[in-house]
Amino acid sequence: MPKTANPASEYVDNVTDTVQSFWHGLSITLSYMLRRPITTQYPDRTELRVRDTLPPRYRGFLEVDAAICTGCQACERACPIGCIQITLEKDPANPKQRVVTQFDIDEAKCMFCGLCVEPCPTGSIQHTREFEGAQRSVRNLTIRWAEPEFPVYKVAKGAEYFPRVTLGSLVRAKLDARPWHAPGPEYLPPEPPSAKAAEPAPKPPAKAAATPTVPAAKPADVMKAAAEAAPPAEAAAPAAPTVIAPVAAPAALTPADGQKA
Amino acid sequence: MPVNTPPVPYQPKSTPKVIVAVTLAAAVGIPALLLGLILLLTPILQPATIDAALAAAGLEGHRTAAYVGALAVLALLMVNFGAIFSGVISWYERRIAGRMQSRIGPNRAGFAGFFVWIADAVKLLLKEDLVPAEADSVLFRAAPYFVLVGFALTFVVLPFGHSLVVADLNVGIFYVTSVTALVVVGILISGWSSNSKWALFGGMRSAAQVISYEIPAGVAIFIPVAMAGTLSMQGIIRAQGGLPWEWFVFRNPAAFIAFFILFTSQLAEANRTPFDLPEAESELVAGYLSEYSGFRFALFFLAEWGNIWVLSAVATTLFLGGWQIPFVSAEYVDGLRGSGILPAAAWWGWNAVSMVVFVLKAIVLSNVVVWLRWTLPRIRVDQMMALCWKYLVPGAFACFVFTLFWELAVGVAPGVEVVTGVGLTVFATVLALLFFRRVRLNIQAVQGDKFDLSNW
Repeated sequence: MPKTANPASEYVDNVTDTVQSFWHGLSITLSYMLRRPITTQYPDRTELRVRDTLPPRYRGFLEVDAAICTGCQACERACPIGCIQITLEKDPANPKQRVVTQFDIDEAKCMFCGLCVEPCPTGSIQHTREFEGAQRSVRNLTIRWAEPEFPVYKVAKGAEYFPRVTLGSLVRAKLDARPWHAPGPEYLPPEPPSAKAAEPAPKPPAKAAATPTVPAAKPADVMKAAAEAAPPAEAAAPAAPTVIAPVAAPAALTPADGQKA
Repeated sequence: MPVNTPPVPYQPKSTPKVIVAVTLAAAVGIPALLLGLILLLTPILQPATIDAALAAAGLEGHRTAAYVGALAVLALLMVNFGAIFSGVISWYERRIAGRMQSRIGPNRAGFAGFFVWIADAVKLLLKEDLVPAEADSVLFRAAPYFVLVGFALTFVVLPFGHSLVVADLNVGIFYVTSVTALVVVGILISGWSSNSKWALFGGMRSAAQVISYEIPAGVAIFIPVAMAGTLSMQGIIRAQGGLPWEWFVFRNPAAFIAFFILFTSQLAEANRTPFDLPEAESELVAGYLSEYSGFRFALFFLAEWGNIWVLSAVATTLFLGGWQIPFVSAEYVDGLRGSGILPAAAWWGWNAVSMVVFVLKAIVLSNVVVWLRWTLPRIRVDQMMALCWKYLVPGAFACFVFTLFWELAVGVAPGVEVVTGVGLTVFATVLALLFFRRVRLNIQAVQGDKFDLSNW
């Protein structure tokens, strides 16, 4: 309380202050009431789709274009947390052709560092702008890129251009195909690729075939085991009929205008 | 470098037409149904009408049963009105709060989130009704009912229109101030019985606050009572007129000030911001209802939001001309009733119009209550007490004394009331225009000269 103030005038001042602050305060809140709210209604009422407004180099979900994947596993080795799991086998029909039977990326573990993108020789693995992948089961966040299995891509000598599908279309298709409430798979994501095929085989290959569940398993071991397991499987016939077909699916998704590297 | 997927044609989702239709039907239908029932039942279920109907049917022996039945129906109707009003205004208040803070507010359940109050009620009913181990369980369980009863009893005398009132008690406004005091008892009991310090602080603050503010409110109420010469709610409204300069608020300069004193005191009695000290979240968790959950919690909030209607209706009745229809006198409507057991059609029509007038005035005042809440910060306890005892109480007494002399002057020269009425009406209109100019300048300062009510 200022000592110089006359109590009576102070009293009146307080009343006028109150009236004035009501006057200004109410007019300010009413003016806000008649303005547009800043908040946007995120999932479904935004003016543009949020993923279309993100910068081009945004690191969202990883996408693998199987049509140009060489199966070199550089991305798997580069991944600091081991969320990429790749398994290669020889095509039983054509022993010179290697086939990627498993290419799983656990987006739930992925920390979006981009270290897998850098070593990729063809630009097959890329970050997209997709980020809306909410799932009830966390296992559904493991995106299986080798479904169906695909043969590795052979890079032509001196090639500088790898026709890649428009970035984001493949992962969008995968996410759209899986409703958010889909039940998760029963098995743990890195499932042994040919456990069934390996069953009738002699003991050592079967043991080797089981090892790929451990991320540290050497690809060479796996391939050897798979190669040993393959002949009996082929003899048993119906175990691996899908191996030949897989090229079709990625090819169908490839648009006519391949992007320049 | 691969290029990202080009933007796909995209249309922001809009609410399906069915949901919009259902929401609009509910938003119009529920109030229309309730007000329609009040319009229909309150005049019919009066002792005179019931007696006449029983006499015509030769059933005089069943009077008690008929009276009890009528009371039960009216009580159910009025409590439902209070509950649904408090539900809807809880949605409305959250939407307004959102707008005023540049947010959107509830927007999921139904169009513009209208059904959020139903969702809240269902959620609260499904929650566990928890009684703390160390609480006084009998009082703890009983406290919400005191609050609810104190709130619901006011509806006995609150008018809705010309003849639309459950009972026009000759002590009407005095009855309102008495039964509202029951709310304090409930709050004090809940604060004490919770055996929690937050709750006790809240209860004590509430008791101190409500009892203090009863005094300026009571003295301010004397002013329309002195002007009308009656305590009856309907009598006070009948002493006013339909046009603004016939309202008590403008007929007497002291009443103009007393209106604001009464309104402020009622805000404090209803524990509304800026006087929500009893439940100050930042200091007392939730004050007296910290320990409550489920249905009992819902009852407290029902009474709190329902009190907005009570205070708006009381202020409308005392100062703003109540249900008086412009250019139509209450006596003219009385004359239309006819002599039958049931009133004539024209009487019903004018009653409906008077109800619309009253409800509109009360809703405008409710808007001001909501608007004030999102404008002013909570005041300190000492400021709250200083406001009451240093400003409102002396102000109310000064207004009261002035009114007594004013009534003497009006008795000598009745013209002075008309002159003041017109003068103060013009003054208030000019103030309102200046205020809206101020609002427009505030908007212009930010986004040019345009109102933007999109993004609901």
